[in-house]
Amino acid sequence: MNNLRNGLKVQQRLTASVSVLLFGICLMLYGIHRDEMAVVLNKAVHICLECIGLG
Amino acid sequence: MKMMSENNIFHRISFSIKRKIIQIVAFGITNSHIGNFTQGKIYTGKWKNFCAPGLNCYSCPAASFACPIGALQAVNGSMNFDLSFYVTGFLLAIGVLFGRAICGFACPFGLIQELLNKIPSPKKKLPGWMKYIKYAILVIFVLCLPVLVTNYMGVGKPAFCEFICPAGMLEGSLPLLSTHPELRATIGPIFSIKLLMVIITIAGSIIFHRFFCKVFCPLGAIYGLLNRFSFFRLTIDRNLCVNCGKCARVCKMDVDPVKNCDSTECIRCGACVHACPKKALRLGFQK
Ligand code: SF4
Ligand code: SF4
Repeated sequence: MNNLRNGLKVQQRLTASVSVLLFGICLMLYGIHRDEMAVVLNKAVHICLECIGLG
Repeated sequence: MKMMSENNIFHRISFSIKRKIIQIVAFGITNSHIGNFTQGKIYTGKWKNFCAPGLNCYSCPAASFACPIGALQAVNGSMNFDLSFYVTGFLLAIGVLFGRAICGFACPFGLIQELLNKIPSPKKKLPGWMKYIKYAILVIFVLCLPVLVTNYMGVGKPAFCEFICPAGMLEGSLPLLSTHPELRATIGPIFSIKLLMVIITIAGSIIFHRFFCKVFCPLGAIYGLLNRFSFFRLTIDRNLCVNCGKCARVCKMDVDPVKNCDSTECIRCGACVHACPKKALRLGFQK
């Protein structure tokens, strides 16, 4: 009985993990598709004055 | 008996050295442009399209990648978007693969704090409620303020970077101020707030193990919530565990793995695994 319950828990956890992973990958691809990377790059290649406490 | 404990100590030392080596390599990869320190500039190449998994200011002269928390605020606060699918998806995917093992193995700021904690001083434990502060910081400073407080063009400021994050000042501001005297004219009240955060973080990290990680880090908060689902994880064989409590006593993150292996505070450092005399704990990729 205990083994069965543990098996079910493992199965549920695996399903949840795989779902979150796939969901994350889909979000990431959608973000790349709508050009969010350009915003990230633009922010990251300029010295961010707020980040370093100036300005 | 003596041989067994020597063996155990050897194992523990070798594991902690292996972890340190991985942390140093991760630090080096995340900050590979060391030469920029003397030239007073930052790296501007295409790798900055991508986020590092750990907290590392992208205004640090040596930084090779974007900071995920900075990038999240930049996109959330930008004119065209209110939520970054790219960065959120990245954090979910990395978090579900590794959980807070990123904190234990790959975050440069985590390594800095561990080194600070080596400075001799009385070591103390934080009250348990303080760990919830980081969730408030995540919601208020990272998710809400950059979207809600905007200028006339609809652009929000990165509130976490501006008021809280000590990494920007430690890794970016101090080196840049030393090479760019003209920047010193722009020092204002924000500078004092950030300097205070740096002092609190340094003093806190000397006394408390990973003070910033425990109390302030929004990235640790996200990865911690994903510990429950992550493929890289800690498990316990309850048939082997004799409840001796050795694992909880060695844990510097104040976790009791017997009670909860998926604690949001566990950074998967493995100290408990090697302290267990019955080999009841296991750390690694598992179903
Ligand atoms: S909690 Fe934050 S600063 Fe600490 S190791 Fe994790 S990501 Fe890095
Ligand atoms: S529970 Fe174990 S693996 Fe997790 S932080 Fe504590 S000692 Fe490290």
